[in-house]
Amino acid sequence: MAAVKKLRTRGHRVVLNRSAGGDAGITFMLTILGIIMFVPMYYVVIQSLKPLDELFRFPPEFWVYSPTFDNFADLFTLMGDSWVPFSRYIFNTVFLTVCGTLGNLVFASMAAYSLAKLRFPGRNAIFQLIVASLMFHSTVNQVTHFIILSSFGWIDTYLSIIVPSMATTMGLYLMKQFMETSVPDTVLESARLDGASEFRIFLTIAMPMVKPAWLTLMIECFKTLWNSGSSIYIHSEELKTFNYAINQIVSGGVARSGAAAAAIVVMMSVPIIIFVINQSKIIETMGSSGMKD
Amino acid sequence: MSFKFNLKKRNKAEEIRSYNGMTKLQWTWKEVLRNKTAYFMLAPFFTLFVIFTVLPVLLSIFLSLTDFNMLEMPEWQGLKNYIRLFLEDEIFILACQNTLIFAAITGPVSYILSLLVAWFVNELPPKIRAVVTLVFYAPSISGQVYLIWKTLFSSDSYGWANAVLMDLGMITEPILWFEDAKYVMPLCIVVALWTSLGTAFLSFIAGFQTVDRSMYEAGAVDGIKNRWQELWYITLPTMRPQMMFGAVLAITNSFGFGGVVTALCGFPSVGYAAHTIMHHLDDYGGQRYEIGYASAIAVVLFIIMFGANRVIKKALSKVGES
Repeated sequence: MAAVKKLRTRGHRVVLNRSAGGDAGITFMLTILGIIMFVPMYYVVIQSLKPLDELFRFPPEFWVYSPTFDNFADLFTLMGDSWVPFSRYIFNTVFLTVCGTLGNLVFASMAAYSLAKLRFPGRNAIFQLIVASLMFHSTVNQVTHFIILSSFGWIDTYLSIIVPSMATTMGLYLMKQFMETSVPDTVLESARLDGASEFRIFLTIAMPMVKPAWLTLMIECFKTLWNSGSSIYIHSEELKTFNYAINQIVSGGVARSGAAAAAIVVMMSVPIIIFVINQSKIIETMGSSGMKD
Repeated sequence: MSFKFNLKKRNKAEEIRSYNGMTKLQWTWKEVLRNKTAYFMLAPFFTLFVIFTVLPVLLSIFLSLTDFNMLEMPEWQGLKNYIRLFLEDEIFILACQNTLIFAAITGPVSYILSLLVAWFVNELPPKIRAVVTLVFYAPSISGQVYLIWKTLFSSDSYGWANAVLMDLGMITEPILWFEDAKYVMPLCIVVALWTSLGTAFLSFIAGFQTVDRSMYEAGAVDGIKNRWQELWYITLPTMRPQMMFGAVLAITNSFGFGGVVTALCGFPSVGYAAHTIMHHLDDYGGQRYEIGYASAIAVVLFIIMFGANRVIKKALSKVGES
């Protein structure tokens, strides 16, 4: 008779196959990695709060003794000297992000519904094509993209950024996978029997069921547009984005390092806050992100 | 073409029943008409997708066989661009090497890192898990935050790395981190890895959460002894779809770090030490307007990316085998 093995518990739950040594080792590794990930982020924030004399202290310190918001104020004065008003860069970023993201949401969710829930000739081929497009980075297309945009006369307009971003495939892919698993066919079928049109079913039944996926799609698209810097399709100063302006400040050298850090903090806080609020919904969507081979 | 592909996938019985005595073509046409709404809903997205993704690829392939400067009509060149690329362009060969080194390190390392961290994170209680997830994920969504590495590794003594090394007495003169061919590549790899725990990482976290708990209990009864066996024999095989998705993203990203490199080391990087195929493409396409030649570079990059995806698919099908 084999002796009954004593089960380890964590809280009141039984945990299987977990040794105390392993737990400790993993916690240790996670801590080290976490510190490496966290320190640069932390350092940006600290830098942005340092007054001038602390910025130029040797050796540089990971602490700020008399925090100040001067750097953020400087950011605005610095921007006052720039060619176009600072607010213009912010407007451009917000405008491009909002238009592109909304367009992507509308177009991609319609396409996702049709690919996930309707069976029509050509469906598999189209989906395969979209999956294939996930496999290469869009910058490879840059050159021919330019030719196509210029043949439309869209170079140096907002359209050159907004319209292509509406056809981003990542959001569509996630939305389609999520619809497949979380919208039951039986519900759609009974709505069809009641005589609802396909478009109405999409709007009133399918879309409300996949709210987490909307958010994920919007965030995927948002993150790309928000973080897009100088683009080769835009050369007018008044159409450039906030990110481009930050690059200009950062390349201004040491003298501006406080303002540069402040600019980075402003820029990164928006996506981080959005992610924190929606984390659980995003993870829920990602649960169905898997790819069949 | 496309509907034939679709038909092949249907099983035989359904196929015979659904034709209803019509020919394949008639049946397909009827199906197309019946699904008008489906095409209508797909149309806006698909049109843009074709114009901005499919067409550029096809155009690249065509232009790579020509000489084109955006002003005059393209002139047919055959394979001349490719011959020049591989036989005469030494910088391209260097760029190939750099890209492959870069991708061969950042791709697998970021993939394994995402997977392991997601696995570790999964053991934590939910509240702490949310915080730790944020810590690892934040760098990838924060845009240009990687510019802080330029401050940490700045070339004067105000940079943290130089300050620490000087304090320890290991160096007397500050190291010009991003202007020294020796350090450029490793530093860029570190920064790229730092920003690489993105969408795939979240997908893994979600994947670990969806594994059925009863599988672990069954596994324990069947003689699984430790967490590594559990990971290999139970967890990973059930989340193979997520791993596939993550692999595709890891490959895509590992070839797309050009922007990070340019922001950190300038363009061109010192002695072409961090010059990648992406930079070479930028150089010829965006600055010298040799579009034909640039297209050939793009096509080579496509082929490398698709090749890498093929290899990964093969490798991933082995997960969970003893």
